[in-house]
Amino acid sequence: METVLQVYFAVLFLCCFMCIYRIGRGPTAPDRTVAIDILGIVVVGFCALMAIITGKDFYMNVAITWALLSFIGTIALAKYLEGRGFDE
Amino acid sequence: MNEVIGIVFFGIGVAFNFFGCLGLVRFPDIYNRLQAGTKCVTFGTIFILLGVLIYSGFTSLGIKAVLCLVFILLTSPTAAHAISKGAHRSGVRLWKESIIDRYREEVKPVEGEKADA
Repeated sequence: METVLQVYFAVLFLCCFMCIYRIGRGPTAPDRTVAIDILGIVVVGFCALMAIITGKDFYMNVAITWALLSFIGTIALAKYLEGRGFDE
Repeated sequence: MNEVIGIVFFGIGVAFNFFGCLGLVRFPDIYNRLQAGTKCVTFGTIFILLGVLIYSGFTSLGIKAVLCLVFILLTSPTAAHAISKGAHRSGVRLWKESIIDRYREEVKPVEGEKADA
């Protein structure tokens, strides 16, 4: 059981590095924004698995907070790409 | 028994996350990457959080997982729409083998008005 969870952790690490590759490489700014958004969602799943494997509750609080802040940051970046303010 | 079902759900979710990130790396265009990445990764993370609920039952951990699940289910498509609209408005072109662009046909009169003003 432990071994299977460790394999899952390894695959999620690989996903994070794929997103970081796209953040560094991406030819345009929206590519980087998409990669940041997806990295946030992957990290939420990572924190959930971490809460299971360590048996500590507070990792799920980290996951909820990460989801909130990632959403707000993504919306801010998208509005910036569109070239408008928040109140329009 | 609950633990085995939870591990299976974690496996499904991790597989979907992996394929979504693979699409993020391999696809040729911002819009293709958005479709592959956002849908697959959202589905995978929802499965991981459901697995947490099944694995731990209705403890405080499970309730927090349901809260996080509902939040991701509401916000992730919104963020994807906002990014896609922002990319189109900021002038990122489609891939050269894409054949149709409905959004530009719809939004063209609005841009004409902006140019007049």
